[in-house]
Formats: sequence, C-alpha cells, structure tokens
Amino acid sequence: MKSKEIMDTIKMVSEQKLDIRTITMGISLFDCIDSDGKKARQKIYDKLTSSAKDLVKVANQIEREYGIPIVNKRISVTPISMIAAASDDKDYVAYAKTMDQAAKAVGVDLIGGFTSLVQKGFQKGDHTLIKSLPEALTETSRVCGSVNIGSTKAGINLDAVKTMGSTIKKIENIDPVSCMNLVVFCNAVEDNPFMAGAFHGVSEADKIINVGISGPGVVKRALEKVKGQSIDVVSETIKKTAFKVTRMGQFVGNITSKRLGVPFGIVDLSLAPTPYPGDSVAEILEEIGLDSVGAPGTTAALALLNDAVKKGGIMACEHVGGLSGAFIPVSEDEGMIRAANNGNLRIEKLEAMTAVCSVGLDMIAVPGDTSADSISGMIADEAGIGMINNKTTAVRVIPAKGKKVGDTIEFGGIFGSAPVMPINTKSPSRFIQRGGHIPAPIHSFKN
Amino acid sequence: MKIIITVVGKDQLGIVAKVSSKLAELNVNIVDISQTLMRNDFTMMLLGHLDTKKNDFKTVQDSLSKLGKEINVNIRVQRQEVFDAIQKL
Repeated sequence: MKSKEIMDTIKMVSEQKLDIRTITMGISLFDCIDSDGKKARQKIYDKLTSSAKDLVKVANQIEREYGIPIVNKRISVTPISMIAAASDDKDYVAYAKTMDQAAKAVGVDLIGGFTSLVQKGFQKGDHTLIKSLPEALTETSRVCGSVNIGSTKAGINLDAVKTMGSTIKKIENIDPVSCMNLVVFCNAVEDNPFMAGAFHGVSEADKIINVGISGPGVVKRALEKVKGQSIDVVSETIKKTAFKVTRMGQFVGNITSKRLGVPFGIVDLSLAPTPYPGDSVAEILEEIGLDSVGAPGTTAALALLNDAVKKGGIMACEHVGGLSGAFIPVSEDEGMIRAANNGNLRIEKLEAMTAVCSVGLDMIAVPGDTSADSISGMIADEAGIGMINNKTTAVRVIPAKGKKVGDTIEFGGIFGSAPVMPINTKSPSRFIQRGGHIPAPIHSFKN
Repeated sequence: MKIIITVVGKDQLGIVAKVSSKLAELNVNIVDISQTLMRNDFTMMLLGHLDTKKNDFKTVQDSLSKLGKEINVNIRVQRQEVFDAIQKL
C-alpha cells in the first residue's frame, strides 16, 4: 500500500467530508399485525427494539475502528397503513408514537415507514393513515412519513394529490418544521435508506441493512484538479471518485451486516449534501463551470454528474438500489441556499433539474399563504415528470406559516435552513379539484 | 489485527522514537514504516500488527491519541482493511 493512497483516503474523510450518511435497518412488521391495535403496537415495539438493539453500538464501533464517520443510524418499517389496517383504530397516531418510542429506546436518529401507497387507490388503512399524518408527525420527533401517489405503471391518483396538498397545509398550521418529515412520491422505491422517504418494501426480506453514502466534497475536490479540461475528463473524474466513495459504502455495509447478523441489501449511491462548508452538490455544478447553480446549463451539468456517479458507483458495490443519484435539497446545501437567496435559482429551474437527477423538489420553503391546491399542483408536476420518465420523483415542500419570500425557516443540524422561495401565484384549483385518476402513460412512441 | 497509524504534525526531535516506543509498550509490532516531510509537516505512516490477545484496539487508539496531544501532533489509528477497500479493485 502506497503512502499516497493512505493519505488520500484520510483526506477524503478529514478535509472533504466523506462520510456514510446513514446505515438504515429495514424491518418487516407483517408478523406484528393484530386486529387489536394495542397488541399490534406492543408487538411492533418488541420487534423493533429487539431487532435493532445493537445497530447504534455496531455503527459506533465501525466508526471508531475504521475512522469513517457514520452520520445517522435509522430504521425503516413496512408501511404502517398495511400493518394497522387489520385493526379498527380510528386513527394511527398511537402507531407513530410507538415507532417514536422504539426509535428512542434503541437510539436511532430517525424511523421511516409511516407510509401509504395509494398510486392506484385507497384501502381503509390508507385513509386513516393520511388523516393521522398531521398529528402523527407533529407529536413525535423521529418519525418520518411518506405517501406514494403515482407510478409509471399505475398513473397518478389525483384524489391523493389533492389530499396531500391539504395535509401538508394542516401540518404547517401545527408546526411548519414538521413538514420536512413528510415526502410525497411518484415511483417510490422499497429499499431507500434516506429519509424522510424510507420504508421497508413489502417484497423485502424480514430484516435488511441498507447504506446511504455521501461525499459531494470529494467530487468537488477531484474536479478542482481538472480545471479547463474537456467535459469527457470531468465525467471520467466523477466516475473514478464515485467508485471510491461507493467502495466505502460497500465496505461499511458488509461489516455492519456481518456484525449484526442481518443480510446486506443495497448501497444507495447518492451524493447527499449537508449545509456545512465544502459538502455541496451546487458547488460541484459550479466547479464544472457555472457561475451559479441555476444558470442556463445547470440541467445538463447535473445530468452528467448524476449519470457519472451511477456509472462509477455501480461497479464498486454488489447491489445498488434506493434512490441513487445526486440529491438537490435546497436547505441542506450551502450553494443551493446561496443561489436561492440571491435569486439565481428558482423553483421552475429546480423542477427541470429533478427530471435528470435523484428525487425531486426537496426541502423547499414556499410562502405561508401558498394554497393547498398550489402545493398539490407542485406535487402533480413532479409526479408527471416521474411517471413519464420512469423515475422516482418526490416533493418535500415546507409552506412557512406567516413568512414571505425573502424570509428564512430554520430546520437545524444537517437539515439546514431554507430561504422562502417565490412560486407562481396563479391557481391550479380547477385542475386539482377535478379529482380522479391520471391514466398510466403509454411506453411506445417515445419522443 | 493490522492497523495503520498516521502521524501528522510539526517536525520535532524524537517523534519516531516516542511513537515507536509507545507502540512497543502497547504490544504493536511495526511491519512497515515510511516517513516524509511535506512542506513543514512531518508525516509518518506505520503499518502495525496488533496482537488482540495482548491488547485491544480501543486502548491502543486512546493511548496514541493521548501521546499525540502531549507532543502536539495528530495521531490517527485505523484498521487497515478500509484502505484496501477504497483504493484497490
């Protein structure tokens, strides 16, 4: 082993903020179903606390022994709308509280799976879960929820789109910051380790370990060395860097899996930024050659980045899954915050960017007087992009109660702070209020 | 257990001696060693073998980190496999 390689690896961690963003343990709750809600919740608590009892301890050991920071430890569970449907409970807030207690007992940062999958239609449990979301998310601190309202196979459930707009407004009324714990998806994936959208899919094994990586700083630093060179060189450099970053994810996942005796699922090869200096996806795009993220050319540069990350990462690990790509959450990225603040990055450009990268309109604050239907309109637009392009898209939008464009809303820690961004004030109400279902798209005659 | 020890800091008299005698005391056998001066920074890398029957990883890491603070250099101890995983195909 060469000294240079050792120093490079150490610098990736110490100076370029390379870390494992999350080790997420997926846990199936199907064996906890009970027609008596109280019994079901006891079974859920017992299963979660026994399955994940060593998760945090093992993650801390690995962090210490190998010198790789592991930022979050998380749990994802089977969508609660399915588990709780067997009971006659009128709301599922108690299930969220059980999840929250279990998460605190084992010391994980977040727990996801307060989830409903309604792309085709609602079952009883879906109605109850969605109705419970405002209380469930504001009365717990670690629970994350998600609702899948569309897919390429099923089309878009416009009734659900309508409901989610008003649900987000209800959460805002209680506590706007809690809106960050809810994601509305199109084409949600079943093995995503990232929050707020992680849930344990119905086709997954009983328990699984999934790993989400980070590392925008490492890519940025590598690109600083190829200033002025052809875009081919940029692509190659990103691929090689993504390979190294992903190897770390694979390595950590393997060891975690071995030590916990739980099978290793996937590595999610994502570039996940944090608001800390030097950990920004926006700055990578600027290093590629844009004066600011949001400038003409942003979408193309992001398309290249996203694709090169996948190409480099895919060979570095055994199984790739989750969302895999570059994340562009506004509040969690110093460069994005800056561009949004000085007017260089607008929601319309962000929407275009979501067509070529992982996920969607993420951690975006809009004025408090934004209507429920306008939020539904944003959800419908993202779902449209996801449905037609066969990719996951999502909306995690925070209407900032009492705030207007130019104000800022704080989330704290790695979730950062978001400037309130202007959105088009024309109303989509007549479209949203139609309700019904947007049919699944055709997959021939592509143009 | 194979461990990589890196020592980075301002060059001064006796760093190698202090680190290597501490390693001997901790039952870590030095398998390979390299040292260089990058600008003014002294950089040393050691590949060590730790007999886990005689000493545990945490004690070694804590003792070396303490020594680092005493002589004002940064001493990092990591298990070796992570470097191979990242740098080698």
